[in-house]
Amino acid sequence: MTGPDGLIRPGTPAPEFTLPATPDGRRTGPGQFRGRPVVLAFYPADWSPVCGDQMALYQAAMPEFERYDAVVLGVSVDSLWSHRAFAEARGVRFPLLSDFEPKGEVARVYGAYTPQGQAGRALVVLDPAGTVTWSYLSPAEVNPGADGILDALDQLGTERQVVAR
Amino acid sequence: MSTPLQVTARLRVPVTETDHIRGPLDAPVTIVQYGDFQCPYCGAAHPNLTEVLRQRQDTVRLVYRHFPITNLHPYAERAAEVAEAAGRRDRFWEMHDWLYEHQDQLDPVHLSLGVAQVGLPPDEIDAEVDRHAYGDRVRHDFTGGIRSGVNGTPTLFIGDHRHEGPLDLPTLLTAVDTTTP
Repeated sequence: MTGPDGLIRPGTPAPEFTLPATPDGRRTGPGQFRGRPVVLAFYPADWSPVCGDQMALYQAAMPEFERYDAVVLGVSVDSLWSHRAFAEARGVRFPLLSDFEPKGEVARVYGAYTPQGQAGRALVVLDPAGTVTWSYLSPAEVNPGADGILDALDQLGTERQVVAR
Repeated sequence: MSTPLQVTARLRVPVTETDHIRGPLDAPVTIVQYGDFQCPYCGAAHPNLTEVLRQRQDTVRLVYRHFPITNLHPYAERAAEVAEAAGRRDRFWEMHDWLYEHQDQLDPVHLSLGVAQVGLPPDEIDAEVDRHAYGDRVRHDFTGGIRSGVNGTPTLFIGDHRHEGPLDLPTLLTAVDTTTP
């Protein structure tokens, strides 16, 4: 189920996937983190301008995400080697997944692939059961920040008091 | 499930007397800056903001809040805490200006020299910063910034709205003038 912008919508079970996350070929995906909220941060490319960089910001904001026990996974079509150099340069320590081959396959499934051959700047929050609870597509040139993600995680907290896990 | 939340970019943490404020307290326009002392873009914006305050001294006040992106800027957190230590001694803005005017000298040794140049006791301030006496304050600013949609540095809020344009002097003056009631 997708919205008018094509992005996967709340209420949809998140399609399962794993992607390579480290150069040794180890794969990571949201299913490994059931029981915890998962934030999927699709982004167009490594190496966007310094200081306004979305992934660097999320690393700096990690203590806030950790308050919700949330896992953050970055996803772009860049290769593992680009991800590794980028992560080192920006001090990013959460996993950056490589949607490289077949190119953009996961981004397509989530409705976050663009005609430019990159992932869109899409945020998808999954609840601990793996259901999409919030999604947002930002213009490619606008870093969406972390406030929307934290609001979605807040809402998850409220709902969890009503719906027993 | 409820309607999707929109990503907002409005200042959610109101300005209070615990903030660092430069300019008239009752100024009709407030610029809230989220900044990182080691960020070159913040350094570039610093003289423009100073000039805005000079040219609009009756209408604009500037509030400075910390937003150190420590994974990019290893000296930013300590610089922020040193500024807070100076603030405890009513010298926040002097230290703030020194930091932005010496962004290539933020390593601990030069930073101590800077503290002395501003006329503050370096040993005393080093000891306070070493035990992170002001860590919570800096974190509080950062967290409020994240919740308000700060997405990099510098981020300015003019009134309650995030300023989206460039940070050159003419753009800032126009933004301030169109916000002035």
